[in-house]
Amino acid sequence: MKDREQIAEALAKSGYIADSELATAISLMQRLRRPLLLEGEAGVGKTEVAKALACVHATELIRLQCYEGLDQSATLYEWNYQKQLLAIQAHRGDADSIEDQIFSEKYLLERPLLAAIRRDKPPVLLIDEIDRADDEFEAFLLELLSDFQVSIPELGTIKATSIPHVVLTSNGTRELSDALRRRCLYHYVDYPDVERESRIIMARIDGASASLSLQIARMVEGIRKEELRKVPGVAETLDWAAALVGLDVRDLHDVREIVHETLMCLVKTREDKGRLTREVAERILGKVA
Amino acid sequence: MSCCGTAPAFDEIDEVSRLVSGKLAAFLRTLRDNGFAVGLAEGQDAASLMTSGYAARPGLLRSALKHLFSARKSDWEKFDGIFDAFWLGKRVRSRSFASGSATSANNPSLKSLQEGAQQGGSQSATDQVPSADDAPASQDGEGRMEGASRAENLIEVDFRKLADPEQVAQAHEAAAQLAKIMRTRLTRRDLARRQGHRLDLRRTIHHNISHGGVPISLVKRRRKDKPLRLIVLLDASGSMSLYTGVFLRFIHGVLDEFREAEAFLFHTRLAYVSGAMKEKDTARALDRLSLLAQGAGGGTKIGESLQTFNRWHAARVIHSRSVVMIVSDGYETGDARLLGREMAALAKRCRRIVWLNPMAGWEGYAPEAKGIKAALPYVDLYAPANTLKSLAALEPYLARL
Repeated sequence: MKDREQIAEALAKSGYIADSELATAISLMQRLRRPLLLEGEAGVGKTEVAKALACVHATELIRLQCYEGLDQSATLYEWNYQKQLLAIQAHRGDADSIEDQIFSEKYLLERPLLAAIRRDKPPVLLIDEIDRADDEFEAFLLELLSDFQVSIPELGTIKATSIPHVVLTSNGTRELSDALRRRCLYHYVDYPDVERESRIIMARIDGASASLSLQIARMVEGIRKEELRKVPGVAETLDWAAALVGLDVRDLHDVREIVHETLMCLVKTREDKGRLTREVAERILGKVA
Repeated sequence: MSCCGTAPAFDEIDEVSRLVSGKLAAFLRTLRDNGFAVGLAEGQDAASLMTSGYAARPGLLRSALKHLFSARKSDWEKFDGIFDAFWLGKRVRSRSFASGSATSANNPSLKSLQEGAQQGGSQSATDQVPSADDAPASQDGEGRMEGASRAENLIEVDFRKLADPEQVAQAHEAAAQLAKIMRTRLTRRDLARRQGHRLDLRRTIHHNISHGGVPISLVKRRRKDKPLRLIVLLDASGSMSLYTGVFLRFIHGVLDEFREAEAFLFHTRLAYVSGAMKEKDTARALDRLSLLAQGAGGGTKIGESLQTFNRWHAARVIHSRSVVMIVSDGYETGDARLLGREMAALAKRCRRIVWLNPMAGWEGYAPEAKGIKAALPYVDLYAPANTLKSLAALEPYLARL
């Protein structure tokens, strides 16, 4: 399929280096009009996929960050109470007419999900960390994703003017329902291999040379093989690369001291810091050509 | 959108030859046999993909179908093997299971998998069903239900009297099921019970339009309680060895189903095992744990283990709605006074301490061990836990918290 290569290219232009499987997933997502569920460890670039996708389609990115206790008024719509109260105060007439007035579009506050289905141009809807929301929200979301319509008791049913490109991400802190999983295309985002990671570094960090990027990617790969509690993701790699570039490093072997001091960009718990001692870091660095 | 066993009807797709659609239907059946949740809609999407040119390039088709049919990481990982076996006729490398886990000793699920495939009548599928990999997935399907129904007569049998490996497996299954049920009930009761007083502006305004917008009758919103957090400390010492298997399964179920749960294992030292237990595949989780659990032998230092817990973990894992569940026989080989002190410290932190003692269910047992004597004053519920029934009896207690 041609569109697959085109997608990979377009993603690369927007700064996201995708593997061919992800490109397939995105081309399927458009062909079958299904949401895409991305799972993977924290910091492997799940959210970035949605951002890059919005960039590719040159459309708006609407993001809904999930958390426990998320409800309809935070995700779908809310009435503008202050305005409603003012309108009631100002109005001196019969109750019926004011009721129609204050429960109209003018007093409606759009929240991400409603916004996403009312755009003229289909936006990218990113539902981030869906596993943090509770089961009730998941059930509600399922309904929205299958019908793409919303009913507001005071206003009636609102149908989607355009079907958004939906991307869901999950860190796997909670098991998602089978129904939701079945509706979605699934892609597991893994840590990139050395070659891809070095390309990512070059694409994202200005001033990172090809040889340094490759060294950094190899080093990070070595660190990931250690038994760490929190394995560094791509985001951490980029932080570290930015730090090294900022310190004007050209070759990791020349600046062992700086390498050791900047490892805090990668290692985020006390336990892991204890494990990644100077000797271990030296050993990994030794293997990096 | 029911996911019934029959093959999707492809009448409307003329381009797909009868042969290909038949083969696709067989493939869907193979996937279902392997625990994939594949519905009619997916089958139709797959057919339309095949007509639109994907079928000509197997590599691409595999990648496309993988996204379409997989729903979780375990599916994702085994899909390629199943696809290759089915469409390309390659043999699948079988992953060997580490021996010593509770369920891998005899592998009934594999047998039932093959039987199921034969009953399905798709000859092409049976030959090439990949081996060991898929055992856990099929347990999710038929295997588990079988276990639950047969387990009824096991419900009052003491765990240590279960000898037959099949019975043990059933008890494990039932323990995992029980953990699941407990969770659902707990949350439902939570909903029914919820109280709180937050103003619901939306309804208030709606109700008070007739008063000219002056909010006279207020509408309140009831708040949902935070879910209970369960922290399990399991004694994995030699004296408990007959019970650890069942409780590990129970804990695995609890971690899987409770929104908030943490697990620790202790014998002469304390180990944080939530990470290993989060593994969805039970057999693999238990394998990872067996390393930790085998450190037993020297005896039980409950006091020291609790000290470690209080010092390093308590602040992080315990909040105001936490219940600490200690599963131990209370045979302390360390200092019993230390145990008393640490229990006092723990009692100050959490809402309830439940102590489950498998031996308390034995006839003529009295809590005479000095460890348990030192700990009992701080325990809110001291209960036997040597049968499935006694585990089930805990649920109403936990629901009241």
